[in-house]
Amino acid sequence: MEKILVGLKRAVDYNVRVRVKSDGSGVETDGVKMSINPFDEIALEEALRIRERGEASEVIVLSIGPGDAQQQLRTGLAMGADRAILVEADAALDALDRARVFKAIVDREGVELVVLGKQAIDDDNNQTGQMLAAVWDRPQATFASEVAIDGNTARVTREVDAGLETIEVDLPAVITADLRLNDPRYVKLPDIMKAKKKPLDTLALADLGIEASPAIEETHFAPPEARQKGIMVDDVSGLVTALKDKGLI
Amino acid sequence: MANVLLIAEHDGTNLNPSTAKSVACAANIEGAEVHVLVLAADAAGVAAEASRLDSVAKVLTVSNPANENALAAVLAPQIVALADGYDYVFGPSTTFGKDLMPRVAAMLGVNQISDIMSVEGSHTFKRPVYAGNAIVTVNAPEGHTVVATVRTASYRAVGSDNAAPVEAVDPGVELPTHTRFVELQTGQSDRPDLQTAARVVSGGRALGSSESFDIIYALADKLAAGVGASRAAVDAGYVPNDMQVGQTGKIIAPDLYLAIGISGAIQHLTGIKDAGTIVAINKDEEAPIFEVADIGLVADLFDAVPELTEALD
Repeated sequence: MEKILVGLKRAVDYNVRVRVKSDGSGVETDGVKMSINPFDEIALEEALRIRERGEASEVIVLSIGPGDAQQQLRTGLAMGADRAILVEADAALDALDRARVFKAIVDREGVELVVLGKQAIDDDNNQTGQMLAAVWDRPQATFASEVAIDGNTARVTREVDAGLETIEVDLPAVITADLRLNDPRYVKLPDIMKAKKKPLDTLALADLGIEASPAIEETHFAPPEARQKGIMVDDVSGLVTALKDKGLI
Repeated sequence: MANVLLIAEHDGTNLNPSTAKSVACAANIEGAEVHVLVLAADAAGVAAEASRLDSVAKVLTVSNPANENALAAVLAPQIVALADGYDYVFGPSTTFGKDLMPRVAAMLGVNQISDIMSVEGSHTFKRPVYAGNAIVTVNAPEGHTVVATVRTASYRAVGSDNAAPVEAVDPGVELPTHTRFVELQTGQSDRPDLQTAARVVSGGRALGSSESFDIIYALADKLAAGVGASRAAVDAGYVPNDMQVGQTGKIIAPDLYLAIGISGAIQHLTGIKDAGTIVAINKDEEAPIFEVADIGLVADLFDAVPELTEALD
């Protein structure tokens, strides 16, 4: 195939302990480290491996969000993507709108495979890949832990509650990456220098002529209810006593 | 009146417990009339089970060999065709529902609310974000179908003293053939199912090997418990993926949860926050798991776990 499209979402870094703003309007993002959503990094790694095996010729990374998302796209280029597209939009854009943006880029570029992370670790929605497959009317292979391309089909092993499910899909298709699909490569300094010369195009959301979906409104953020402070026991017999006291054994 | 179409999860023979929990959520919508939709190769057995669930007004069935395996691309167009006239379309937030429901939502032209943990009003819901570090209240747009998944750990299954009518329906749509089931490899186990077990014992990276997990299994068997694991233990290959508990694994709510050699990363804690009692055994007294544990024991797990197993005789 020719082109693979990969989504890179700018999200609060995996290691940040997120705090809710005191006025409940959202979570604190000022001065907080931002990174590529970890599942998207896995998606990009898989796309790069497919290209490196000679099964595709170009990997395009796409981010939908504020201008700052250029940083994540540059990281993606340093990992090995050939070029990048930023569609400037509000960070809180709903998943169906994101899916429609992906679809617009798929049509423009003639993409045959889209690889996305299965979910973003900020909104934890787990929707965009499935929605893209729907608006594109193409197969979806979500939560992938193994991908094999064979001509015009892909064989994908999926992590499901019951175990590992394997399905076969015709291309074009959407694949979403789960944790154990691969270990993303580390970026080396010379790659960062090279990435600065790779093309990064910026588009405005309005340029794509996308119809806005009925939005879900986020009205209030609150910290989760804290669990009551527990007790420490000194040894196993203390543990057994505590469990008996609670009527659990 | 608020009509809810709830998509049943099943394995072709038995209804998955996620369905009864999702019914409990749907029943919280004021004036809800809940219809359960069973899409299967032969829906009769599963439909009979669904018709016994309390709060269910009707069970709809579609029996079609194409529905033998739950492929989202095959199921979604049937659901969309049958969703006409419903105000809500719900599914469980299991891998089944997570795969399927966004496809349904997009085909209906609406966004989806993932992981409902409480119903606050006809269009207002609470859901977790940032691995459960924040709970957001969301409003779905009025005048559109509400498509959502239910965070099943937030709900107790409804009872099963009902006898709702069962009705076969025909979605009358052409189904795609671009997506084909190949196989399902499932870790056969006689132990209680991780997602529904009243007790769960989980092991972490500190176990150090696949073989060491034997002491976790031995303790679990003594307690008639399900067995889970942290992401680190799964990544290290000690246990299969279907045992992972946490943000991207299974979200569970057992009465008793024992975290053995699990440090307690926030991504793990979000998977157990609804557990009744959390017990932590860890060598590192600074481990974050102790911040959420109801009972904590600082000890070498290789001493403490066999000792505990023996003490339970």
